Formats: sequence, C-alpha cells, structure tokens
Amino acid sequence: MDLSNLESLQFFYPEFVLVGTIVFLIVLDLIVADKRWLAASAFLGCLLSLWATFDLYGSPEGWLFHRMIVLDNFSLFFKVIPLVATLLVIWISFGCREIREIHLGEYYAILLTSSLGMFFMASSSNLLMAYLSLELVSLTSYILTGSLPRNRRSSEAALKYLIYGGVASGTMIYGMSWVFGITGSLDYARISEVLAHAQVNRLSLFIAFVLILAGFGYKVVFVPFHMWSPDVYQGAPTPITAFLSVGSNAAGVAIMIRFFFPAVSRLGDQGNWLFLTGVEWPHFLLFLSMVTMTVGNLCALNQQNVKRLLAYSGIAHAGYILMGLVVLNNEGLKAMLLYIVVYLIMNVGAFLVVVIVANATGREDIEGYRGLAWRGAAIPAVCMAIFLFSLTGLPPLAGFVGKFFLFAAAIREEFYFLAVVAIINSVISLYYYAGIVKTMFMDQPNPADQKVDMSANESALLGVLSSLTVVFGVYWGPLVRYTSESLRFFLK
Amino acid sequence: MTDHVLTYMTFFPLAGMGVVLLLPRERHDLIRWVSALFTLPPLLLAVWLYGHFDPTKPGLQFIEKFRWIPDYNIAYFVGVDGLSISMVLLTALLCFLCIFASWGIDKAVKGYFALFLLLDTGMMGVFVALDFFLFYIFWELMLLPMYFLIGIWGGPRREYAAIKFFLYTLLGSVLMLLAILALYFSSEPYTFDMTVLIAQNTKYGTAALPFWPFDRLGWGFQHVVWMALFIGFAIKIPAFPFHTWLPDAHVEAPTAISVILAGVLLKMGTYGIMRINFPMLPAATAELAYYFLAVLGAWNIIYGALCAMAQTDFKKLVAYSSVSHMGYVMLGMASFTSQGINGAVLQMFNHGTITGMLFLMVGVIYDRAHHREVDGFGGLAAVMPVYTGVSALALFASMGLPGLSGFISEVLVLLGAWQKYPILTVLGASGVVLTAGYFLWTIQRVFLGPVNEKYKTLPEINGRELFTLVPLGIIVIILGVYPNAILDLLRSSLDELNRTVIPYLS
Repeated sequence: MDLSNLESLQFFYPEFVLVGTIVFLIVLDLIVADKRWLAASAFLGCLLSLWATFDLYGSPEGWLFHRMIVLDNFSLFFKVIPLVATLLVIWISFGCREIREIHLGEYYAILLTSSLGMFFMASSSNLLMAYLSLELVSLTSYILTGSLPRNRRSSEAALKYLIYGGVASGTMIYGMSWVFGITGSLDYARISEVLAHAQVNRLSLFIAFVLILAGFGYKVVFVPFHMWSPDVYQGAPTPITAFLSVGSNAAGVAIMIRFFFPAVSRLGDQGNWLFLTGVEWPHFLLFLSMVTMTVGNLCALNQQNVKRLLAYSGIAHAGYILMGLVVLNNEGLKAMLLYIVVYLIMNVGAFLVVVIVANATGREDIEGYRGLAWRGAAIPAVCMAIFLFSLTGLPPLAGFVGKFFLFAAAIREEFYFLAVVAIINSVISLYYYAGIVKTMFMDQPNPADQKVDMSANESALLGVLSSLTVVFGVYWGPLVRYTSESLRFFLK
Repeated sequence: MTDHVLTYMTFFPLAGMGVVLLLPRERHDLIRWVSALFTLPPLLLAVWLYGHFDPTKPGLQFIEKFRWIPDYNIAYFVGVDGLSISMVLLTALLCFLCIFASWGIDKAVKGYFALFLLLDTGMMGVFVALDFFLFYIFWELMLLPMYFLIGIWGGPRREYAAIKFFLYTLLGSVLMLLAILALYFSSEPYTFDMTVLIAQNTKYGTAALPFWPFDRLGWGFQHVVWMALFIGFAIKIPAFPFHTWLPDAHVEAPTAISVILAGVLLKMGTYGIMRINFPMLPAATAELAYYFLAVLGAWNIIYGALCAMAQTDFKKLVAYSSVSHMGYVMLGMASFTSQGINGAVLQMFNHGTITGMLFLMVGVIYDRAHHREVDGFGGLAAVMPVYTGVSALALFASMGLPGLSGFISEVLVLLGAWQKYPILTVLGASGVVLTAGYFLWTIQRVFLGPVNEKYKTLPEINGRELFTLVPLGIIVIILGVYPNAILDLLRSSLDELNRTVIPYLS
C-alpha cells in the first residue's frame, strides 16, 4: 500500500483528533476562566485519539503520504505509548502545585504537540521526516522544561537541553547527509535496497551511523549523550519530567528500531535480523549498552535529589533497553517493547509519588522523604516502595518481567558477558532504590516534617499504577501477546 | 480439599495478609490472633500431609500443575517428595510458633504481621515449587518482607544489616536467574519444568569451554551453570566466604525473624543444591562437590565454631554456631552415601528446631535484661530455673548430646562422610568438640556461678514463651530417641537422588 496525500487521510485520524484538540485548547484558553476545563478537554482529546488509534488496528499496512510515514502495528504501538503517557501526565498535572503557576492553555497544547511529534517519530520512514519529527519533539520539550516562570533551575535546564539538543540533532543530520550521499536516497526502503545490492564503503557507513546515533542517543539518553538529562529532570516541572522520562525515551527507541531494523537490516527466517552491510554496529551498541547502564547506576548512587536520582536511573534503564537491540532478533525487540510498557507504568508511578510529596512539603530531596510512612503517608510510601523495587527488577513486580525478557534475549543469543554486567548493575541499583525505601520506612521523621496527604484523584491513579505493577508481575501473558503483535513492521 | 493441599498451605498466609491489612491499625491483639489463625491451617495441613505422605515412593506426591503463561511454558507446578516435605513441616511449625514469639512487637503491629505472613507464603512456596520460574518468584518474594522486617523492627544497626542481607541475597539470586535462563534455553522444548530439566540432564554440555578461565579449569557449560546456582545457594546457607551477612542480620533482627532466618531461610541454600544442582547437573556435581561442598563444609564447621567461641554477644554466638552446623549439612550431602545425605537433611530439620529454640531463649533473656552480653549475666539458674532447664535442653541438643536430635544427624553425617573423605571427617568431628567447648563455656558464664545482683529479680519465663519453646523441645527429644519419624520420610527420595549422581563419580 503506497498512498497519496489525500488517500492517506483516512488512516490519519488519531493525529487529526490530536491536532483538533490542540487548536481547541488554544481557543478555549481565551474563553473560559476556569482553567480546569483545559485539563479536561486535553484529557478527553487524548482519550479520543487513543480510541482512534485502537480503531486503526487491523487496517492494511503501508506507506502514507508518498512514503513519508508508515502505518503498521509497530507505529500504532508507539502511538499508544505516548498517548498513555500524556494521559497520565495530564492527570498528574491536574493536582500538581508547580503546574498551577503556569499558563495552562499553552502547557497542555504544547504537551499534546509533543505527543504528536512522537507519533511521527515512530512512524517516519524517511530520514527527513525522522529528523523533522525528532525536532518537533525536541522543541516542545525545551518549552515544557522551561515552563516554570521565575524559576532559575527550570530556565537553566531548558537552556542546557536546547544547546545539547541543537548539537545532537546537528550531528545527526550531518550523519543523515552521509547516508544520503552513500545511498542516494532518504527513503528507508530505498536505502535498504541500495545497501543490499550495491558495494558501499563500510567505514563511511559506520561513521554515518555513529553520527546518526548521536541524535537517537540523545533522545533515548545513553552515554555519552546523557549529560543533559539530570539537569533537565531536576529542573523541569515533575509531570514533565515523568513525560520526558517515558515518552521521549520510548519515541527515541522507536525511531532507532525503525532505522536500524527495517531500514538497514533484513529479517532472517529465524526471527533474527541480518545486518546488510557487515558494519559492526551491534558491537558498538553492545559497548554503549554496558557503559550506559554502568554509568547511570554508579552516578545514581550518590544523589540527594529524588528527581535527579530517577534521571540517572533512567539512564541505566536506557542501557538495559539497549540490550534488546544488541541481540539482533525479534525476541530482543519484543523485550524492548515490553520493557517500555512496564517502565512507563512504574516510572510514572514513582514520579507521581514525587509530586504528592512535593505538593505537601515542597521538597524533592531524599531527606524530605524521611519517615514518610509514619507521617500519614503510609500508602504513597508503600506504593513508592513497589515502584522502586519494580525498577530494581524484583519479582513479583512488573519490572522483573521486563528485565527477565531482556536477560532471556541476551542469554539466548549467548551474550553472557552482557547479561552478567546487567545483573551486576541490577544489584548496584538496589542500593540506591532501597536507600529511598530505607529513608521512607526505617528513619524516624523529624518533628518539624509536615504531614503528607494526597487528593482523591492522585490516590486513584496511584492505586491503578501500583496494582498494574503487581498484576503485570504475576500475570503478563496478555502483555507479551500485545507486544509480539506490535512487532509487525511493514516491509515491502 | 486434599487435591490442593499444598496450594492451601502456601497461600493461606497470603490471604491472612490481606485480612490483616483490612483490620483497623490500633487493634493489636486482634491482628495478632488473626495472624495466628492464618498460620494454624498450614500447620494442621502439614500434620495431615505427614500422615498421608507415602514414604515408600521416591517420586513427587501431591502434585498440582496448571498452565500459567503457556507461551513460555511456565506452569504453576507444585509437589513434595521426601526432601521437601521435611522442610514444609519445619516451615509450617516455625511460622506458627513465631507468630507467638512476635507477640511483644508493638511498633506498627499491622505492618509487621502482614509482612510476616507474606514471608510465610514465600518460604512455603520455595519448598513446594517445581517450576523453575515459580521457584524463582517465591525465592525473591521472601527478600522483600525480610528486608523490611529486619530494617524496621530490628536492633540499632538494623538498616545496615537489612541492606547487607538484601544485597548479598540479590546478588546470589540474579546469578541464579542467569543459570535458570541458560538451562531454559538448553532444554528441548524450552521449559522451566524441573522434572523435565532433570530428565534431560545428560544434555547439558561438560566439555570445557574454549575461553579463559574455563579452558584452564576444564569447566564446561554444566560447571558454569552449577557454579552460578551454587553461589546463589551458598550465600543463603551461608557458606564461607559468603557468610558475613548472617551475623549482622541475626543480631539486628527481632527474635522471631532470627528464628525464621536460621530455621528456614538457611535451609533453602542446601535444599536448592539438592533439589536443583544434584539431579539437574549431576556430572558437575560429582566433580565439584569435593571442593565446594565437602571442603567448604568442613571449613564452615571449624571456622563457624572458632568464631562462635570468640563472641561476647549471645545472639552472634548462636548465629556463628549456625554457620558451623550448616557445615555438617554440606559435608553430609557431598558424601553421596545413604547415611551422609539422609543425615544432612535430618540435620537441616534438627538445626531448624534446635537453633529456633536457641534464638527464642536468647530473645527471652533479651526482653528481660535488654542486653545480650554473655559475660553480663551469671547464676541465672537460681533466678530462672525453668528457663535454665529449657535452655540447657536446647544447648545440649545443639552440642550433639546423645539422646537428643542433634546427635543422630551429626553422627549420620560423619558416618557417611567417613567413607569418602576421612580427613575432612576428622576435621569435621573436631567441630563437635569445639561446639561443646563454646556452649559449655556459655552455660557456665550465663547460668552458673554466683547470682548477678542486677538480675536477681528477673521474672521467670512466662506461658507464651514456654508455648513457643516446648513444642520444639518435645520434637528435639522425640527425634533424639526415634529419628525414623523423619528419616522414614526422606530415605527413598534421597537414595534416589544419590543414584542420579553416583554414576558420574570417578
């Protein structure tokens, strides 16, 4: 299926709904005085778009808009993930104290725009389209990060983010120009054809990949493109931190899989991918994966700020997710998708608790969590413990299932060294995750510490996320089936 | 009912946890009684199981199996054989008694008992699980409640002890996870079913791997997997040099948790080796047992005893005596003789009851005097005669006095080991002398001699405390006179287990 612009529109309605909502939000902001309507409409718009996305399942796979973007289960999966993340973030933003000071009309409109950009990131099948979508997500992220008025940290984070992002995307587009020079095309399918049949210089192709990887790596947050993340995570309003940590990460993984697998590899008959040109980039990624998880975990050990700690833990998790790419088979990719789902649940859950605590006490440092369980916040503390142990990868929690599949993929392809590095990292990560748990449960609160309580909608979301973390840890059959269904690429 | 007896035993405490969480926080007594109520059925079912288990059959009994995650061949698969039934009995008994030993907990009572019941489910699950994945889930499930139980309700250095315990065991268990996955991907078709993995045990390669250091050692796939599993289990036993978490955890944990730690958790290490390493990787077991079980076991006996002798903290002393006594289990199972392996499992059971008593009695004195310095007492026999009597029973049983249960198992272990490793057996036997040395010295310092003026008015052991100690004391005496009560259960299963390894012995 290769559709023209007008024909494509019939498969484009999730995006339409989102664009319509964005416009509606901007207009609504001028009209209504009660800004709660904005959150409600944004939420509703996302729900509609989510419904539309599910409605698209089962429609034929193919190219839309003259081979600019591609419609397949994989791209649908990566529409569901940002939408769910956006829904959760809107819900969290609703009661978040920091957010109340912001111009809400723009906030929600930009949030939805960012999620629209993620749609395109996952489905672009053309280098230029990939670049544009990545920039759309980046630009909106800069604004969201800096959206706290009169907050130096927030502004500083936005500026850092902007500068790093500019360098990374500049490097990436330079790499893309190399690919264009080598293959003569920007279209993934053409690139794949040329690489399969023509003789190309391996070294120049390798350099091109490394340059492109800078852009991807900056979105997925792996070493050495991770420097921006701790500052941005700490400076951004917490709901946005949650959004960036799961949404932007997932979209980065999507664009990376889309480029490295359907474009420059070929699917073998055993569900394994054969790389077309014999460039050793899997080994390069193997190295990056190990370095990323180790650096993330070691840096997290000494953090005093929970958001910053979660930023470093996010880097470590990006390293774990990369394991799935290194093994070059469908099992690995499936494990990555599964990990993204469980990471979404547990990480947003952890940030939700951060919001609850910050709302009550205004504190984000670990000291502010002292004796949380004995300060009237036993339930958030228990939920936080669940999320953190799930992030560590302890059964019977969802995080274990995610790690289990990644390890299984690595062991199956006999990447024993990688698996050993990954498990040692899991043990290291326990130390800092358990450190927060220790502060919450085992330290006695200071007499001056405020009581912490939460609103009804926060506790509802907390209940949903923590029970999902437990349920997916015990019964994950349907989840695995969904991710294997989602691993269907449109290949010509 | 009888079809799902093991499931009921495993999940009754979990249901109890749910109920406890729903109770109002300030109704302490209600919470305690409800917890006791939910640990009683597993105990009664365990007694029923004891009566209905057919000891003449070597295979698995009371099997329940249904598909859990069929895409990956993961099943809910439980059952018991002679090896696990003794541990199931021990777990059910100690958990019930420890609820009563926890009566004095008055900080966050609801949380304590909820976690305790979760721990109960985890432990029971480990001993009945026959699917590797399920086994791993239960194995890790114990870690979380244990971490909190030590970390919240423990002594002054509880946070350090809790995280140390957690990190050590997690390191062991993730290694185990890699081994599990390696076995899974070597099976045909991919399965986590232990019985199938055991049936395919000739398939796991023993040819040396072509890279350093395995080419030098001559280790194949099977050896590496064996080692990964062994480290996971050795940390739990705890075998030297992985034992350092144990004294810390024991000293800081509340009394009941120490009892559970020593009585049940340590057994999981040796249980795992016998349940998994022995039948699944028999060739590697035959080659590596001497170095990693027999030699380490003998070393554990001597080293633990010498460390115990140097302790001034009563609880630490008992903790190190556990290290020493678990050495007998390792030595016995490494002998691959009928006496040795039966003695080892009997020693696991006996160590559970005897050390449980020892920790309980330390708890009794600590509750009264608020310290545990061995040298800080003196002449307690005159102040607390009943307590002294019960304690003496436990101490003498631990020393291996004939007529009490510890004697039988130690003698069986030494008899079995003598046939294979005479020198190690001599060393191990000298541990008996050392044990007698530090325990007699302890009795002398704590119970005999002139009465310490400070503790002249200590109240005698009360009814609740006696209730936790006496059943264990009775079992210790009965098994000292009639060890067949347990040995009969074990024999056929363990001899079968021996037969899987013996062909590989050179």
